[in-house]
Amino acid sequence: MAKVLVFIDNPGRALKKSSLELLTIARSLGEPAVAFNGELHDDAAAALAEYGVQALYRPSAADLDDYLVGPKASYLAAAVQASGATVVLTENSAEGKEIAARLSIKLGAGVITDVVAVDPDGTAHKSVLAGSYTTTAKATTPVAVLTVKANSITPEPAVSGTAPETVTIEVPETATAASARITARNEKPASGRPDLTEARIVVAGGRGVDGNFGPLEELADALGAAIGASRAATDAGWIGHDAQVGQTGKTVSPQLYISAGISGAIQQKAGMQTAKVIVAVNKDAESPVFEIADFGVVGDLFQVLPQATAEIKKRKG
Amino acid sequence: MEETLKIIVLVKHVPDAQFDRHLTGAANTVDRSESILSELDEYALEAALQLSEARGGEAAGNKVIALSMGPAGAVNAVKKSLQIGASEGVHLSDEALAGSDAAATSLALAAAIRHLGADAPADLILTGMASTDGETSLVPAQLAERLGLPQVTFAASLELDAGKLTARRDGDTHADTIEADLPAVVSVTDQINDPRYPNFKGIMAAKKKTITTLSLADIGVDAAQVGKSGSWTAVETAEVRPPRTAGTIITDEGDAGIQLVEFLAAQKLL
Repeated sequence: MAKVLVFIDNPGRALKKSSLELLTIARSLGEPAVAFNGELHDDAAAALAEYGVQALYRPSAADLDDYLVGPKASYLAAAVQASGATVVLTENSAEGKEIAARLSIKLGAGVITDVVAVDPDGTAHKSVLAGSYTTTAKATTPVAVLTVKANSITPEPAVSGTAPETVTIEVPETATAASARITARNEKPASGRPDLTEARIVVAGGRGVDGNFGPLEELADALGAAIGASRAATDAGWIGHDAQVGQTGKTVSPQLYISAGISGAIQQKAGMQTAKVIVAVNKDAESPVFEIADFGVVGDLFQVLPQATAEIKKRKG
Repeated sequence: MEETLKIIVLVKHVPDAQFDRHLTGAANTVDRSESILSELDEYALEAALQLSEARGGEAAGNKVIALSMGPAGAVNAVKKSLQIGASEGVHLSDEALAGSDAAATSLALAAAIRHLGADAPADLILTGMASTDGETSLVPAQLAERLGLPQVTFAASLELDAGKLTARRDGDTHADTIEADLPAVVSVTDQINDPRYPNFKGIMAAKKKTITTLSLADIGVDAAQVGKSGSWTAVETAEVRPPRTAGTIITDEGDAGIQLVEFLAAQKLL
């Protein structure tokens, strides 16, 4: 049976949903193993066992987080060799993709990014050209590296749990030599909202919010949603650049995308048109966003959004 | 004053993202007939020019080389880069390169960069944060791995001093300060600067600048190492996603917020 290695960087106290998705996909392809970096807390270890992980690998070095990507790729390459894995799964974050990139050269392995589904034979499904095409692709090499988008499948624990042993992987001493070092880290204040790329619901604002994201934040909190923005809103400095959805920002595929005061030019559409349901609120009836919205309101977002928020709160009691 | 810099900027000729884009042919490659210099590469070029100019520019011996790999049309991305201010241009072009995936592309670019560094190695290789067509963001990291260099991706600021670079990266939960020894591969975001437009003087000056065309033979790469045969992945099928169609559009008459919530409830999204 094929061995599938999932890389989980800093599992934290509880595994992220995206990690559970990777484990579920790994099980559908073969025998799942996990290479992690950082501390493994009891709850996370229990979840790995519950998801049927057969083997666990940890790095001999504790300072991989002090460097950008390079040493993590070296560690992972050694873990692939130790485990005999023929498929490697990582998350589709910028760092996940870069680790996959360096790993692929070390192993001579094909890498496919932005994967949304994997067939049992290793065929990967993804969309390209900003969601205008769906394609299938396959690595033609003995080992395949796939970076999988969050929200691709529903995580499911294994029928029977496991009790995996942890094996320490020697990280080559040369791993840190040609690597960029992280010399300072400033944590940003936590918003308490879900991560934009993983959120089930996204409420996004554009030029029409005119500097006031308040009504969007209240709606987002009533729905348990993340906040997004168009480039016009981030360029105006109304909200951080990390909230930008679109060609030069993040690509999101939530269950529900609520677009408020965004015209929906092609640049913004590129980041959200694979959302399952799109709701748009805009004053201008001619906005292109109404061409792709499942439900559209031509109206003032400062009237419509607070009314919707109040109605949701009333219904949820 | 520090020593002079030799910077190679990777520029890509891509289909204009403002219009509909298509896959074509049996290998489902991108249709490049209506292409431009990738918008995101302009930030890398601007960053290179600013670093060069801060050290006296071309007159003081600094070099900004625009390198593009691609079919005949890709020379236009190089020409545009020269108009914006690059000091010389290099076009890596060979029929055997068609259909290269990220791994094969990084192999050819690494060989071209080594070739261009034969007399004096480049201090810095700059790229945009992604291509606006392939969108995989794999090439900078693969290139760094092949060249054995540190990589700093998504730099939102970049300074060089005494053989070392310092960059800032803005993540979702934290902002990092990064240091690396030169040479290095650096990709920059669209937040790092405001790229300049080519002016009349730049357009005239570009006509006198050299564009070197390199073939695979020139850089010592075998045709089998690139293109479809040298790629480690293959696209098997491609389908146009059915376009989204407009749903119910209402005009607010005082209760649109409530109707919106009713729609969400009917879709089981509450």
